[in-house]
This record gives sequence, structure tokens and C-alpha cells, in this order.
Amino acid sequence: MTEPVLSVRNLQVEFAARRGTLRAIDGVSFDIAKGEVLGVVGESGAGKSVTGLAVIGLIDPPGRISGGEIHLAGLRIDNLPPEEMRRIRGKRIGMIFQDPLTSLNPLYKVGDQIVETIRTHLNLSETAARRRAIDLLAEVGIPAPEKRIDGYPHEFSGGMRQRVVIALAICAEPELIIADEPTTALDVSVQAQIISLIKRLGRDHGTAVMLVTHDMGVIAETSDRVAVMYAGRVAEIGPVQDVVKNPLHPYAKGLMGAIPTLAGDDKRLVQIPGSMPRLSAIPRGCSFNPRCASAFDRCRIDRPEPLPRGTQSVACHLYDTVPAESAA
Amino acid sequence: MLAFTLRRAIQAIGVMIAVGVLSFSMFRFAGDPVNQMVGMDTSGAERAAIRKSLGLDDPVIVQFGRYIGNAAQFKFGVSYQFRLPVSNLLMERMPATLELAIVATIFAMVSGILMGVYSALRRDSWLAHVFQAVSLIGISLPTFLIGVLMIYLFSVTLGWLPSFGRGDVVHIGWWTTGLLTLSGLKALIMPSITLGLFQMTLIMRLVRAEMLEVMRTDYIRFARARGLTTRAIHFGHALRNTLVPVITVAGLQFGSVIAFAIITETVFQWPGMGLLFVQAVQNVDIPIMAAYLMMVSLIFVTINLVVDILYTIVDPRLRSTVSRAH
Repeated sequence: MTEPVLSVRNLQVEFAARRGTLRAIDGVSFDIAKGEVLGVVGESGAGKSVTGLAVIGLIDPPGRISGGEIHLAGLRIDNLPPEEMRRIRGKRIGMIFQDPLTSLNPLYKVGDQIVETIRTHLNLSETAARRRAIDLLAEVGIPAPEKRIDGYPHEFSGGMRQRVVIALAICAEPELIIADEPTTALDVSVQAQIISLIKRLGRDHGTAVMLVTHDMGVIAETSDRVAVMYAGRVAEIGPVQDVVKNPLHPYAKGLMGAIPTLAGDDKRLVQIPGSMPRLSAIPRGCSFNPRCASAFDRCRIDRPEPLPRGTQSVACHLYDTVPAESAA
Repeated sequence: MLAFTLRRAIQAIGVMIAVGVLSFSMFRFAGDPVNQMVGMDTSGAERAAIRKSLGLDDPVIVQFGRYIGNAAQFKFGVSYQFRLPVSNLLMERMPATLELAIVATIFAMVSGILMGVYSALRRDSWLAHVFQAVSLIGISLPTFLIGVLMIYLFSVTLGWLPSFGRGDVVHIGWWTTGLLTLSGLKALIMPSITLGLFQMTLIMRLVRAEMLEVMRTDYIRFARARGLTTRAIHFGHALRNTLVPVITVAGLQFGSVIAFAIITETVFQWPGMGLLFVQAVQNVDIPIMAAYLMMVSLIFVTINLVVDILYTIVDPRLRSTVSRAH
């Protein structure tokens, strides 16, 4: 097996707060291979975005990476000096943020912003960079790019702006793209276009993609594998068909059960009772135990570690002590 | 864009007419001008003749129209105390005031922006705290006190700088400038610092607050995610976005710099319009007071107009909304 593009091992991120430190990410591990799309899904506050920011090295004080390792194609990047990490950002790791309306500087032409990024990372002349910028805009599906390159961000629609943001993220041919809820702020019809664009770019360039979202539909459509996060930990990770069809972790089951179907049965959607714990009040043992219907004594004492189970990996005591049949 | 400029220009003219009403009515509050011009023993018939020859028996609206018509041609009548046309007096004094105001504004903007950017980027450094303290002094101490303290220190105690006047000036056409002689430059230092200090602290605090605000925005985070250099992010992206409100404030403040110049000019005996105005108030020289009011308003209104137009140059979003709206 070839080396994964991104390898995260036992990552921990802490935020220093007035009353002690809060651990937002607690022992997260995953790999993304070349050309693979990993979907990261979970409720708000599960640590999806923080994981993405940690990978690209944009955790700002009072937050910090307090443990674990992040490797980009074999190179350890979580402890690089700021200047070296800056060179990696935008060049080897591209990032797409949630809101295309605010991601672009309103006072600069989109072309200038692309050229600026290209020339920061690649040794190109102004005219060569501009030509490349036009090609990029064409590649992300912006019509008449040679004209639109001189437009200002406010002259683009939301979907078109997200395309510009994507062009900016891929302008130096990164090995990894982190897309943090790239479609949340967009119309449903535009969402599908952006998703297929990200998918196509990943395929054409062999780029690994970490797709952070809370939209299971998006994950099912795009991802090869999916990681379900809960309270700063990975509850379950595995190939997307397996996790969607046969979720193992009670939380993942609840999540899949909450997806509405078009089958027409007018049953109420399954709801997971309660809400995710605050970072300052994570329960002992398994952090999901207060909301879990199958919780037993051990869940309230021991923290479950990820266990391989077929193609999936699940952090749940149910699979440690009892056979899978009785749990399902 | 043209329509926008035109509409703003019409609004500006409206403001000027309103100011004209005010300055015109000043004449009527200060008693009968004929009484001030003639001796005690002038007969009623002679007074009536003077009144008629000056057009003072015309209806008020006609007099007002004449006043505005003359003012539009920079004719403001004759000063009571100097017996000279007011417009000549003002034009003679204007270069001194404008030069002082411009130098003070440049001083305020350059040092205010530098200090503001520094204290936003190095928020916890000791120098940033010093800047914050200085800005507190600049905001809370009255202008004249700072001027007097500086005179005491630099003129009386150290003897480095002149305590009053403009120094030697050079005539360029009708304009006089102190910028070309050493004594003129030396004389400019203290008055312009005194005058600009308040604006400097204002700009510094504004730049600091705006810069901190901008540094938190998504596009700055995205610029960092693109791997741009810190330098490019701070000075290319953050500073330019910060400058939009700064231009407004600095521009609008330029008007009050000219207005505040009255105090600074009095402290430093600076031969500008402000000093002329103060002397006019003391001598109830209504034509000068009225003309000064009109001139300062004209400068204010012109600056507002220029700031509005500058806005659209700095911020492309306004450019297109403006042209789309018309």
C-alpha cells in the first residue's frame, strides 16, 4: 500500500479558556489516500472544522495542537515553523471555507487574488500567472473567464464565488484539499454543481479531499470513506456504503436513521435524544453514553478505543464484549 | 457615477444656501448698520439717503438675493475695522490656515495610521500600550493646553522653536507659503502637532479597531489558508480594507481641523483665517464673521463631496451600486 497523502495520528487540540483548558479534539486518527475523498460528518461542535484547521495549521491562540502527529505525504507538519507551514498552505494543502460570500477580499479583483496566490507559490511571471488564472477559472466552470477575471467578488453569484474560491484553493496543484462545509451556504441546485466539481477535480488531479460537512447526502454522493465525529472523537470510520447501509456505532445509527427518505412512508424521523455535551462537561467513559439507548455500565466508566470491524472501525464497547448480531 | 456626483453637488448647493441664510441674518441681529457707519449728528434724511443708496430699504428677500449673488462671486463687503474688502482679507489669510490644516492632517494621518496598525498587529507589546496611553492624552487634553505646554517646553525652556507667527514666507502668485524657508518650517512644527494631535489619536484608535475587526474576517482567514505572506496579508489585504472608514473620518475631520484652527491660531498667533475671525468677534466685525462662516462651510461641503467620490474609488462595491442605482 502506498503512503497516504494525509495521515493524522491521535490528534489533540486544546483551547485555553478562563476555567481550565477545553479539549476540542481528543485522539482523532485517520488517513486519506491519493485521489480519495474522506467525508467528515457530525453535529455542530463535534470538532470537524477544528480538525480541518489543525491540518492546515490555522488553529489560532488560545487554541493549540497539544498532542498527536499530522503527516503530509510522509512529512510531519504539525510542528513546522510558521514560515515553512505558510509555504505548505495554499501550495500543498488547499482550503475551501463555508461562506464564499465572505471568503474573497471585496476590494480586489478576483483575478488579482488568484494571480497573487499563484505568484506566492509558483515562480511565474505576471502574464504567465494571469494566463494560468484564466485557465483555472475555465476549469472550475466560470463562463468567459478572460472577461470575468477582471470582475470584483460582488459581481459574482454565490455559486460562482465558490467556484472562484475553489480555483484559488487548487491554483498551485495541492495534494490535499480541505473543504469545510463548501456547500452549506449555497442553494440546493448549486450545491450539486459544486459537489460534482470538487469530485471531478479530485479525480482529474489525484488530489486527496477532506470534505467536512453535516450533510449526509453530500457525503453519500461524493465520499469514498466517511468518518463520523462526536464530541471531538471519531466514533466510526469506514467505506461510505458500509457506514451508510450498516452503521455500527449507536450514534452513527441514529444519524443514518435521521436521513429522510423519498420512499413516502410518513413515519416521524428518528431523533437522537438529548444534545451533544459541551466541551467543559464531557461525560466520563464514552462521551455518547447519556444519549445512547444501548449504554451499559462499562460505557460510563471506560472510554472506548477504535476497534476494527470488517471494513469499518468503531469506538464502541458493544463490539468489544458482545457479538455484533445481538447489538444490531 | 456622473448622476451621483451631480446629485451630491446639488445637495451641497442646498447646504450652502442654508448657511447663507444664517450668515445673512447675522447682520440683522447686530443692530442697524447705518448707525454704526455714521456719526451721532447725522440727520434722519441723510440716514435715509444712505439706507437707500446701500439698498437697505429693499425687501429682505431682495437683499438676501443680492447677498448670495455677491457671495457666490466671493464679494463679502467691507470689513468694519480694516476698511478693506473682506474677500481680500480672507484670501490673504487663507494660505496660512490651509497650509497649517493640511500639514496637521498629513501628520495626523501618517502617524495615526502607523501607530494604529502597529498597535493592532502587536497588541501586547509595550510600545502599543504607550501608544494607547498617548492617545488617551491626545483625546482628553484640550488643544490650547497642549499648545501652551509645548511653547513652554520648546520655546521658553529649550529655545528650539519660535513661539508665535509663521516665520518667513515666500510669495507664489497670490499664495504665500512657509514651507520653503527654514524659519517657516520651524514655525509650522508646533502648531501643526497641536492641531493634529486630536485627529491623530482619533485615527489611531479607529485604525486599530478596524484592523482588529478586519483581521477576524473570513477573507483574511482565507488569505492565510492560501499561504500568502504575513506582509501581504497585513498590508495588502487588511490595511486597504481598514482605510475605507479612515478616509471618511479623516476627510470629514479636515473640516473640523480648519474650524479648530481658531484655537491653535490664537495660541500661536498664527496669521490665518481663524485669528482674523477671533479678532472680528472681538470687534463685532460682522462682514468678516459672516464671510468666515460661509468660507468654512464651503470647505466642509467641498470635502464631503470629495470624500464621497473618493469612497467609490477605494471601494469597488460602491462604484457599481452607485452606477446601478442610476
